[in-house]
Amino acid sequence: MNDDQTTGTPGSVFDGLVEAGGDSSQWAFGTGFEDPLAGVDTTVPDGAAPAALAAYCLMLGDDALIMSQRLAEWCSRAPDLEEDIALANMALDLLGQARLLLARAAAADPGAVPALPAGSPVPAEDALAFFRDAGGFRNVRLAEVPNGDFAHVVVRLLLFATARLALLERLRGSRDGVLAAVAAKGVKEVAYHRDWAGRWFLTLARGTSESRRRLVAALGALWPLLPELFAPHPVETSLAATGVGVDPASIGDEVDAVLAQVLAVSGVDRPDAAPAPGPSGRDGDHTAAFGPLLAEMQEVARAHPMGLW
Amino acid sequence: MNARDRAAEAAAGVRDPEMPMLTLADLGILRGVEVIPDGRGGETVVASITPTYTGCPAMATMRDDLVHRLNDAGFPRVEVRVVLDPPWSSDWISERGRAALREAGLSPPGPARRASGPVALTLGPPRRAPACPRCGSTATRPTSEFGSTACKALYRCTDCLEPFEHVKEI
Repeated sequence: MNDDQTTGTPGSVFDGLVEAGGDSSQWAFGTGFEDPLAGVDTTVPDGAAPAALAAYCLMLGDDALIMSQRLAEWCSRAPDLEEDIALANMALDLLGQARLLLARAAAADPGAVPALPAGSPVPAEDALAFFRDAGGFRNVRLAEVPNGDFAHVVVRLLLFATARLALLERLRGSRDGVLAAVAAKGVKEVAYHRDWAGRWFLTLARGTSESRRRLVAALGALWPLLPELFAPHPVETSLAATGVGVDPASIGDEVDAVLAQVLAVSGVDRPDAAPAPGPSGRDGDHTAAFGPLLAEMQEVARAHPMGLW
Repeated sequence: MNARDRAAEAAAGVRDPEMPMLTLADLGILRGVEVIPDGRGGETVVASITPTYTGCPAMATMRDDLVHRLNDAGFPRVEVRVVLDPPWSSDWISERGRAALREAGLSPPGPARRASGPVALTLGPPRRAPACPRCGSTATRPTSEFGSTACKALYRCTDCLEPFEHVKEI
């Protein structure tokens, strides 16, 4: 970043890295952020309320953003290099989806974007990611609960990606062109995530007694969080009625069938745990672990609201 | 050569920052180049690009490279637009691009799966048999479905033991 004078200070170690008066855009992402939806038609479709569309995009975008953050925490901690890279890849895919969805939310309803100091160069999707408080996030709890062992991330990804894939498959038919395009692309990406998790689920289930014990424990711990992914929020219901969104209740059967297939091949019983009681992430009510997650994710951006990255 | 052809030629020559053996045109990322007169004797070049993967971190670099290349080709005003629909497919990589990948030791993608209806679950090894770019053997094994960039998987040849990268089908 360069919200100070580092690169221009005489005698700085950075001297010579950038030609005098030259273009510094080769550094990282350049000195100016560009709209990820540049040139894309973001007109709100007829019959959809802009605020509802923005809220819906935040739900889908926050699921991806928070899941991405939890996956990114695995970086350098996976059992081997290949799986470390796999988890980082999946985090990156979801971060990309989040960026477009948050940008789409901002384009639909600029009022949803937190206010920043006048002249701040922070783009709208970054303001949404880094300057909202916990109550403004609409992600499900499955995305935010703390990480556990490797079996835990395998089970979490299996549940999350199976549901997201079923949802994105249907969202490809959205009357909102941006949502339809994000979904069409997301289907291709999330199919790889689901299959990665499914393969590891099978491997751990058929591995050692210890790997199986850990897998079953993770499944038992996360299973109660699954029903929240199928519980329709009024925003989802209203947008599904206008052909812009997808009613999450409509994906339950497909998700069930895919998970039943994985469980059967793995020889693991379907847990009969009751749905987790408590708040709905879709309404901005989150678990105790969410505050520390946000604090870490937002700390640097919040310390530099005028920063240019 | 007219202005549109000159702009298209300049834009087509920009290389992918992560796989520099390929141009944006070879990869199928460059979706269009237009020259729009402003009615006062000037003109703006509008180049359209689409990301390979949603989170592709190279997009900003590609945008900057396109602007620079077009500026150098005599077009001071350049606008780069993002096209999201239809989503990029590895089927769009040109024959020349596939040859360049092989030449650089990478395995080019096979045909992408069709994008309609539910995606079937695959719990076995990926259903593809890439040839080793070094010895040509198809006795290859996947190491990981995820590699050094979003678009690649890792493989190893069981004949010559060469590890290599395979550009994934999407």
